[in-house]
Amino acid sequence: MKEVVIDPVTRIEGHAKVTIFLDEDDTVKEARFHVTDFRGFEKFCEGRPYYEMPSLTARTCGICPVSHLLASAKACDQIASVEVPEGGERLRRLMHFGQIIQSHALNFFYLSSPDLLLGMDSEPSKRNIFGLIKEHPEFARRGIMLRKFGQQIIERLSGKRIHSGEWIVPGGVRTPLTKEKCEMILNETPEALKMIQKTLDEFKNRIDKFREEIENFGNFPTYYLGLVSKDGLLEHYDGFIRVVGPKGEIVADKLDPKKYFEYIGEAVEPWSYMKFPYYKPVGYPMGVYRVGPLARLNIVTKCGTPYADKELREYKKFGENGVVESTFLYHYARLIEILYSIEKVKEMLEDQKVLDENVQAKSYTCRSEGIGVAEAPRGTLIHHYKVDRDGKITWANMIIATENNNLAYNMAITQVAKKYVRGKRLTEGILNRVEAVIRAFDPCLSCATHAWGEMPLTIHLYDHRGREVDRLIQD
Amino acid sequence: MSERTVKLVIDGREVFAKPTDTILKAAKDNGIYIPTLCYLEGLTAYGGCRLCVVEVKGNPKLMTSCTTPVSNNMEVITNSPRLNKYRKQIIELLLAERTHTCSVCVANGSCELQELATRFGVDHTSVSRNWKRFEIDMTHERFVLDHNRCILCTRCIRVCDEIEGVHVLDVKRRGKDSSIVIDLDEPWAASYSCTSCGKCSAVCPVGAIYVKLKPLSETKKKELPEFVVERRRR
Repeated sequence: MKEVVIDPVTRIEGHAKVTIFLDEDDTVKEARFHVTDFRGFEKFCEGRPYYEMPSLTARTCGICPVSHLLASAKACDQIASVEVPEGGERLRRLMHFGQIIQSHALNFFYLSSPDLLLGMDSEPSKRNIFGLIKEHPEFARRGIMLRKFGQQIIERLSGKRIHSGEWIVPGGVRTPLTKEKCEMILNETPEALKMIQKTLDEFKNRIDKFREEIENFGNFPTYYLGLVSKDGLLEHYDGFIRVVGPKGEIVADKLDPKKYFEYIGEAVEPWSYMKFPYYKPVGYPMGVYRVGPLARLNIVTKCGTPYADKELREYKKFGENGVVESTFLYHYARLIEILYSIEKVKEMLEDQKVLDENVQAKSYTCRSEGIGVAEAPRGTLIHHYKVDRDGKITWANMIIATENNNLAYNMAITQVAKKYVRGKRLTEGILNRVEAVIRAFDPCLSCATHAWGEMPLTIHLYDHRGREVDRLIQD
Repeated sequence: MSERTVKLVIDGREVFAKPTDTILKAAKDNGIYIPTLCYLEGLTAYGGCRLCVVEVKGNPKLMTSCTTPVSNNMEVITNSPRLNKYRKQIIELLLAERTHTCSVCVANGSCELQELATRFGVDHTSVSRNWKRFEIDMTHERFVLDHNRCILCTRCIRVCDEIEGVHVLDVKRRGKDSSIVIDLDEPWAASYSCTSCGKCSAVCPVGAIYVKLKPLSETKKKELPEFVVERRRR
């Protein structure tokens, strides 16, 4: 068997490599996505007071710290036996929309658009955000402005753009939203709405150019998993877990997120630091499910806001039975989620209730266990802690959004490698296509391994005897 | 009341102080900054942290300004490359000894050690960090004692002894193995003598003793001992 390795993978969040194994006749047999770093959050958090967990675990990621803060704070709410006041919950949700907008804008405009607008085979040294600024300045500016809009929501609520652990606390949030800041955000929403609508229109106009990618970039049936509201609408903060099957059928609904271990199993492979979650009723490794924007739009009946619902109807045309299969269309789903989030921000801020000053419940009580689940930009995020009688962490488990897609990554890169790798020679274009399918998922590997590292990718090619016959590095 | 009869020179400036004043007090009264950490107005000074060291002309040794009394014609230098080198080293050693992680600390933004590190440009430690793990005492209903952040300044011990008057807290062992104990090294909840007054948490310069679920910025009362002493004089 021969082997190709992409090491390190570029323009993703985290550190990874890809190995492609060839048969004796030089056709691709299998591709593996290896995550090569390890951080050990679950271990070093042991012995710390439970209420430090939001701050500590938010450090798993500088891109989606708010999602970690929320999942963690929700676990802590249970440990502290408090019910978050409505005002606090509203502001937590509002901040999370800011998080989703900025994170999705980062992936779409900064990391993925260079491939989409400049081309998969374009000059690698220019295939980045700077090349994009030069070639499509108005488009790049929109990305920067949308990311800023999201980041500023976070900053205006908490005083900090990244790691607002002093603001999101067990029992709610530390301070209410002021009228002045509410108006500042509200004044910026019409412009943000225009920008995302324009981007969506442009994406839809160009979508025919990506027929090949839609067909070959991780286009396969899987299960889809995520939170939905009690009415089956798009949900990022609370609600129930719904699992939809490959044919669009709801295979499980109204599952309690706190019982995640009853339906999600975690497998380990010796060649990656990232765990392999699977849907337990189907078993490992067949219980492949996807999470994130594509999965969320596949499991919901409606988004719940007018513009996003209109886009959802168009989007669903790319699939059958309400299920869109191509990983490439994560990009499309991401844009719809930005649109939805901006609409929700506007809706929330137009309601005076957002200024409610009762935002935190306080309690010193300690339950022995807490489980918090939220929909991070990249998918379902689970924090699970156990504490001793004084509230010190004795055990922690985190299932990170990116991890849920691990089995699907391997299927997706195998599909891309089978389509594009020919013989023992690698080209930069092949390398970039393998990376591009990973980027479509928007993995955050620093989160997923709770690991530390830079973010480049390497591909190694091994022959059937295990000899390295080619290697390409992109950083 | 004694008069300001002692004449001394601090950083080239002629100043007058009372005979009972320390160099630190004389400098402070005249708007001259000397860094301090273990010192707190209202508590007995003990010259433990050595950050307030100054040069005194004619004396080859560095003197702790919080415990050295003024004397006539004394010439003091509070700010020199030599002094700042030592101060920086002290801050580095304090940071290296226990696990100080500002970003997740309850004292972030209102920590005196953090403030000094910023002032003296300590952005890393030149000695490797100790990373020793200490058990946190969370047994008390309201307060937490996190030895991992303790700098052994003993402010808590002094405020408990001298202001509250119960002497719940003390130090066990020596050198880098020293740590704060409650009563006869018991869990806080089991302490018979603790009145739960919270003065220890009000004066902690770092995040070692704090009120549960509250940032230090909301609970810190650095001026409390001075205030209480002043009231008692009335």
